[in-house]
Amino acid sequence: MPASPSPHLPDHPAHLWRNPDPKPAYDVVIIGGGGHGLATAYYLAKNHGITNVAVLERGWLAGGNMARNTAIIRSNYLWDESAAIYEHSLKLWEKLPDELDYDVLFSQRGVMNLAHSLGDIREGRRRVSANRLNGVDAEWLELDEINRLCPIINLSPESRYPVLGATFQPRGGIAKHDLVAWAYARAADALGVDLIQGCEVIGIDVVDGRATGVRTSRGPIAAGRVGIVAAGHASIVAAMAGVALPLQSHPLQALVTELLEPIHPTVVMSNAVHVYVSQAHKGELVMGAGIDSYNSYAQRGSFHIIEHQLAAALELFPMFARAHVLRTWAGIVDVSPDASPIIGATPVENLFVNCGWGTGGFKATPGSGWVMAATLAAGSLHELARPYAFERFTTGALIDEHGAAAVAH
Amino acid sequence: MALGRHTARWASGSALMLLIPCPWCGPRAEIEFRYGGQAGVAYPADPDALDDEAWARYVFFRDNPKGQFAERWVHAAGCRRWFDATRDTVTHEFLEPAGTEEPVP
Ligand SMILES: Cc1cc2nc3c(=O)[nH]c(=O)nc-3n(C[C@H](O)[C@H](O)[C@H](O)COP(=O)(O)OP(=O)(O)OC[C@H]3O[C@@H](n4cnc5c(N)ncnc54)[C@H](O)[C@@H]3O)c2cc1C
Ligand SMILES: [Zn+2]
Repeated sequence: MPASPSPHLPDHPAHLWRNPDPKPAYDVVIIGGGGHGLATAYYLAKNHGITNVAVLERGWLAGGNMARNTAIIRSNYLWDESAAIYEHSLKLWEKLPDELDYDVLFSQRGVMNLAHSLGDIREGRRRVSANRLNGVDAEWLELDEINRLCPIINLSPESRYPVLGATFQPRGGIAKHDLVAWAYARAADALGVDLIQGCEVIGIDVVDGRATGVRTSRGPIAAGRVGIVAAGHASIVAAMAGVALPLQSHPLQALVTELLEPIHPTVVMSNAVHVYVSQAHKGELVMGAGIDSYNSYAQRGSFHIIEHQLAAALELFPMFARAHVLRTWAGIVDVSPDASPIIGATPVENLFVNCGWGTGGFKATPGSGWVMAATLAAGSLHELARPYAFERFTTGALIDEHGAAAVAH
Repeated sequence: MALGRHTARWASGSALMLLIPCPWCGPRAEIEFRYGGQAGVAYPADPDALDDEAWARYVFFRDNPKGQFAERWVHAAGCRRWFDATRDTVTHEFLEPAGTEEPVP
């Protein structure tokens, strides 16, 4: 531990994980040290006793989308396959602070999806019913109930797109994304997983149709099995093994205001006017909306996207007019044709992918890690992951959450 | 050329959106356009010959390069014509002036 720079300053706090050099070989190599990669490593060690594992991260741990998301957690998806995996994830969230012995500021303040048209009302009511059939908590709210839960929403019939009702998932909410990543990283490290930062994968070795290891900026590493968990860069990494994925990488932007007094008690999303807003624990309003239209790896988007989401936010919350935008940023998200993830084996033996979470994978971090770990341990798909194999694009068995709910955060 | 100078403003962080070279109208603000994704994806010449795998490739799989990407734009709030352009997906710079010949498909 480095000595304190001055006798007046406290010592550097204890490090949460080691910073090891890569070993020549691992049973499992995970490419990508975002939330999903870290959770995968943790569950490999915890659930399956596989600890000879490396997570290779080209930058620093969880500096990609894991550091950039707006941290909304919910499981109220329409289709059975989605409800199953996201609800599994939400149940894991509910135990996570205890399991990892770390307060990740998981706050079940509820998530509200507003309806602004007859179509929205029908979609919302249908989704509430579907959720209940799948054991997911869901309610339909009339205006008086919306007003009671979140008094600052503009419910005037005079507004351009009046609010007509809402779905509500009380168990939904937010968590602090950085803390989630650190909690998984610390726990995985303690179980013996090597978290290797500043280590870019630049090639995947394939011998006789079988992945045998990776080449990295820090030398070659042999691997029994390889998992690609590289989010916005999944296409690039998979191409190293000659595997094509049906993904397009787009910027997704978000913004925060300055810190304000607690004013916004829940999470409000509107697909129709297209913005979603929560208030983080520190007090900043956190907002996001949809992707920029064009493909990009630049981690920045166009300003008119921010302008549109702020216009929508002001329509819904006129009192935000005097808040100041402090920061905007973008991550690069991996969008699949049906807005559902792609989890599975590839044509290359021992090479697995977990990608396509796009704009909505933060909420899935525990569940995604859980099923990916089981998949890597067994060499075959976990049952919750089975519908997500990319054969679905050939069979036509899509899990069309885009069509169902338009926004997938 | 002028294009390079305009798009270079991205690098300094001062540009607010893409400046897109419409081959008929010249460089115009991104909000006038709609995106069409990868260029040159032709409808299968012999559709009956395709099996499910090949249809999946045609319908769902597109290139997703980090770097140069040939893509389609439509000048929706301008001349309303489609065109192909090549853009770098890391710098957002348009690499060559788009041609005015009708693109495929
Ligand atoms: C602005 C924004 C808002 C969002 N809001 C929400 C939300 O409210 N709710 C929600 O559920 N989801 C949300 N998401 C989506 C969510 O953030 C992602 O789906 C999720 O974080 C992706 O998984 P990850 O954490 O593993 O990704 P990442 O953190 O991006 O991890 C992937 C890692 O792979 C690394 N990598 C890439 N290539 C290589 C290589 N060659 N070698 C080594 N390492 C490599 C990257 O450096 C990166 O660290 C949002 C995303 C963004 C950008
Ligand atoms: Zn034009």
